[in-house]
Amino acid sequence: MSTYISKRLIYMLVILLAASFLVFSLYALTPGDFISGNMKLSPERKAELREIYGLNKPLLERYLIWMKNALHGNFGYSLSQQTPVLTLFNQYIWNSFLLAVVSTFLTWVIAVIIGVIAAYKQYSWFDTLVMIGIFAAMSLPSFFIGLFLIKTLAVDLHWLPPGGMLTTGSSSTGLAYVKEVIQHMTLPVIVMTLLGLGSLTRYFRSNMIDVIKQDYIRTARAKGLSERKVLFTHALRNALLPAITLVGFELPALFGGSLIIEKIFNWPGIGQLYMQSFGLRDYPLLVGFTMLIAVLTVIGTLLSDILYHVADPRVKLQ
Amino acid sequence: MSSIGREITAGGSARQERAKSSIWRQSMQRLLRNKLAVIGLVVVVIMFLACFIGPVFSPYASNKIHMNIMNRPPNMRHWLGTDGLGRDVLTRVLQAGRISLTVGLASMVLSVLIGSLLGVIAGYFKGIVDQVVMRIADLLLTIPGLPLLFIFGALLSEWKVPTEYRMYIVMVMLSLIGWPSLARLVRGQMLSLREREFMQAATVLGLSAKRKLFHHLLPNIVPLLIVIATLNIGGSILMESVLSFFGLGVMPPTATWGNMIDAANNMLDFQNRPWLWIPPGLSIFITVIAINIFGDGLRDVLDPKKKK
Amino acid sequence: MNDLLNIEHLSTHFKTEEGTIKAVDDISLHVRKGETVCIVGESGCGKSITAMSIMGLIEGPAGKVAGGSIHFDGRDLTKLNRHELRHLRGNEIAMIFQEPMSSLNPVITIGEQIVEPLRVHLNLSRRDAHTRAIELIEQVGISRPEQIFRSYPHELSGGMLQRIMIAIAISCNPKLLIADEPTTALDVTIQAQILDLLRRFKEDSDMSILLITHDLGVVAEMADYVIVMYSGKIVEEGEVTQLFANPKHPYTQGLLRSKPVINQRQDELYSIPGQVPNPLELQPSCYFHDRCEHCMAVCRMEEPNLKKVGEQQKAACWLYEEAKVYA
Repeated sequence: MSTYISKRLIYMLVILLAASFLVFSLYALTPGDFISGNMKLSPERKAELREIYGLNKPLLERYLIWMKNALHGNFGYSLSQQTPVLTLFNQYIWNSFLLAVVSTFLTWVIAVIIGVIAAYKQYSWFDTLVMIGIFAAMSLPSFFIGLFLIKTLAVDLHWLPPGGMLTTGSSSTGLAYVKEVIQHMTLPVIVMTLLGLGSLTRYFRSNMIDVIKQDYIRTARAKGLSERKVLFTHALRNALLPAITLVGFELPALFGGSLIIEKIFNWPGIGQLYMQSFGLRDYPLLVGFTMLIAVLTVIGTLLSDILYHVADPRVKLQ
Repeated sequence: MSSIGREITAGGSARQERAKSSIWRQSMQRLLRNKLAVIGLVVVVIMFLACFIGPVFSPYASNKIHMNIMNRPPNMRHWLGTDGLGRDVLTRVLQAGRISLTVGLASMVLSVLIGSLLGVIAGYFKGIVDQVVMRIADLLLTIPGLPLLFIFGALLSEWKVPTEYRMYIVMVMLSLIGWPSLARLVRGQMLSLREREFMQAATVLGLSAKRKLFHHLLPNIVPLLIVIATLNIGGSILMESVLSFFGLGVMPPTATWGNMIDAANNMLDFQNRPWLWIPPGLSIFITVIAINIFGDGLRDVLDPKKKK
Repeated sequence: MNDLLNIEHLSTHFKTEEGTIKAVDDISLHVRKGETVCIVGESGCGKSITAMSIMGLIEGPAGKVAGGSIHFDGRDLTKLNRHELRHLRGNEIAMIFQEPMSSLNPVITIGEQIVEPLRVHLNLSRRDAHTRAIELIEQVGISRPEQIFRSYPHELSGGMLQRIMIAIAISCNPKLLIADEPTTALDVTIQAQILDLLRRFKEDSDMSILLITHDLGVVAEMADYVIVMYSGKIVEEGEVTQLFANPKHPYTQGLLRSKPVINQRQDELYSIPGQVPNPLELQPSCYFHDRCEHCMAVCRMEEPNLKKVGEQQKAACWLYEEAKVYA
C-alpha cells in the first residue's frame, strides 16, 4: 500500500512539474502583458516596470525563478492588485466553495433519489421522463441557461437578485447578511445543480439497474425485507460504492470555482477573479489559478483511487 | 500451425461477413424500435437540413444591413425579428447553425481520429509508445481545459487570424482538448480486449499481428467509437458556443450560435430584445439534446456491455 | 388435508419481445409437513420459476403468475398483498439459492445479514438478534462465530457462505424451506456436508423442504417424493424409491440412464438425443416427443395428461393412456 502510494506521489509530482512548465510557457506566450495594456504609462516607465517584474528575462529563467518561489510557497504578487496571489485566492476561494459545496450536495441528494426510483421503475413513464430530463440537463449550454434564468426569474419576475453576492451598497450584518447571501446564491446554485444533475442521475440510475439484478437483492427480498430497505440499504450501498471515486473528481470543482457561472452571475469567486485577470494579463494570478486546478485535479484522482480501495471490502491494494 | 490458422480464418471469413451484416441489420432494427432515439435522430436531421438548406429559401440570406428595420421584435415578415443591423434573426440563426454544426462535427472527427489512433497504438503495442502517449494524455488532462482554450483564443486574436480561418483553428483547439480522454478510453478497451479469450485463441492459431489488429481488435472497438463520436458532437458544439460567447472562438461577422448569444452581454439587448439571444441558445440546446438522445440509443444497441 | 403447500394448476408466464414464454405451465404439487419434495429437471424446465412463484418473487412487469393457486398453510399466496407476503418470506417460507458467492451482499457484514430477518420478523432487539445470530453461525457448523459475524462475504469460501445462507434461512424457524440447487456450485465434498446440514435441521424442526436440483444423486439422498419437470410441465412424479426403481416416462428413464454408476463402466455414457424445445415454439403435443424413442403419432398432436401409473406414481405419457387410436 505504501509503495503504491509513494509511486503514485512521485508520478503526480512529475506530471505537475511538466504541467507547470507548460502552463507557464503558454501564458508567457499569450500576447500582451499587464504593462503594455496600460495606456497611462510612459514608454520609459513601462521598460522600468518590465525590468522590475522580470518580464525581460528569457522564459526558462523566469520559469525557474517562479518555480523556486513556488516551492517556497510564494506564488508571486498579482500585478493588478499588488497583493500576494495566495492572499487573493484565500479571499475569493471561499465564495466559490460556498456555491460549489451547496450545489454539489444538492446534486448528489437529488441524483441519488431520482436515480434509485427511476432504476426501480425502469421503463415506466416516470423513468422515461427522468431520462429526458437527464438528457436535457446534460445538453444545457451553461451560460445560456444562466442568462435565461436571470432574464426570467430576476429581471422579469424580480423573484431573485440577478447577480453578485450582496446588493450593491448593502451593509447588512448578521442574519440579514446571511439572508442576502442566500438570496443571491439561489440562482447560481440552481444552475450549477441543474448542470451537474444530468450525468450524476444517469450514473446512479444505471448503477442501480445493474445492482437490482444481482442475486443478493433477490436474497434480500427472500428474507422478507421491505422494498424500501432492499432498495436503500442493500442496493444503494452497492450502487454508491463506485460513486465514491467521483468524490475525488469533484475536488477541482469544489475549490476551483466555475469560470462561466461566476462570470455570468457576477459572483465574487475565484473563477470570476480569473476571468477578470485574463483580460488584464495578470500572469502570476493566471498561472497560480491554473496550477491550483491542476494540483486539485491530481490530488482528486489519487483521492478517488484511495477511497475506492478503502471503501470496497473486496478490493485490496497491491 | 500458421497454415491451419489461415485456413480456418479464410473459411470463416465469408461466414463472418454474413454474420457481420446481420449484426448491423439487427442493431438497426433495435435502434428503430427505440422511440426516443428515433425522435432524436429525426430532430438532428431536421436541424441539419434547416441550417444547410434553409437559408437558401430565405429572402434575407444576403445579410444586407437595413437601418430602417433595426431591432424589430418577431413579426410576420421576420419570424424571429431583426437584429441591430436590420438583419433577419431566423436566417442568421440558421446560418450560424451551419458554422456551429460544422465545427462540432469536424472537431469530433478530428478528436476521435487522433484519440482512437493514439489509443489503439498505445493499447496494442504497449511498452514505450504506450508510456509516451499516455503520459502526454495525463499531462493534458491535468491542465484545466477552459483556461487552455482561453489562452489559445487570445493567441488567435493576437495573431490576427482572419475570421474565415478562425473556425478551422477552433476545431483544432477543441480536438486538442478532446483527444486525451478518448485515447484513454480506447486504450483501456484495447487492453481488455487483448486479454479476452478470443484474442488468446487468435494467438494460439498463429495469426499475424496485423491480422489480429485489423480483423479481430478494431472491429470490436468500432461500435464503441461510433457511440463516443456521436456523443462527442454535442460536447463540441457546447464548447464552441462557450468560446464564441466569450469572444474567443469564431468571431463576427461570421455568426455562430455562441457569438449570437453574445448579444446578451449588452444590457439593452439582454433585457428588451430576447429574440436576439434566446433562439440561438435554444438551437444549441435542442441540437445537443437530440444528438445525446440519439447517441444514447446507439449505445444501447452497439455497446454489448450496456445491454439489458 | 395435512398438506403444508398445495399448488394447483400454477402457470407463470414471461412476456418477451418474441412472444409469451410459458415457463411454468399448469402444474400442481403438494408438500406435506416434514416431507422433502424434489423437483428435478434440466435447466430452463421451470423448476426455479416454480420456486420464485411460491416466494412471490417473479419480476414484473414481464413475468407474472398467470393462473392457479398456491395454498400455504391455509392461505392462497397468489391472493396476498405485498405486505402480507413479505411477512411470510424469510419467516414461514425461507429460501436458499444456487450461488452462495453472489447471494450475499458483498458490502454488508455477514452478521448484519443474519440479523436482518431476526429483527424484521421476530422483533428481536439488536443485542438479542446478535446473540441469536452467533448461535445460528455455530449451529451451521462454523467455528469462531464472532469473527465470522464481522467478516464480509468475500472473506469466506463458497461452502461457508452456503452455511451462512442456511443459517439465515432457518433463523426464523420456517415451516418450508425452498432450496434452489443448493449444492450445484460447490465442491463434491462440501456438497455432502451441506445436504447433511439440511437433513439435520429438517429432522430437528419438522420443517418441509422443497429441493430443486438437476442432480439425481441429491434426489436419491434427500427426497421423499420426486417431481420431474420438462419444458414447464410435470412429466412424472412419485415416491422416490418407486420412481427410481421403475421410472415410467421415457424422459425420466433417460435421466436415470444418463447418470454414471460407480463400478459399472460403460463404453459410452448414455445421453438423451436432441435438445430441449424452444419455449416459444411449443405446439400442443408431448413436448418430449422429438427426443423420445417411443414417439407415436398422437404424441405429436396432443398433450398427455398426468395419469396414475403406479401406487404412488404418476406420469404424463401416451404410452400409459388407454389406447387412443390415431390412424
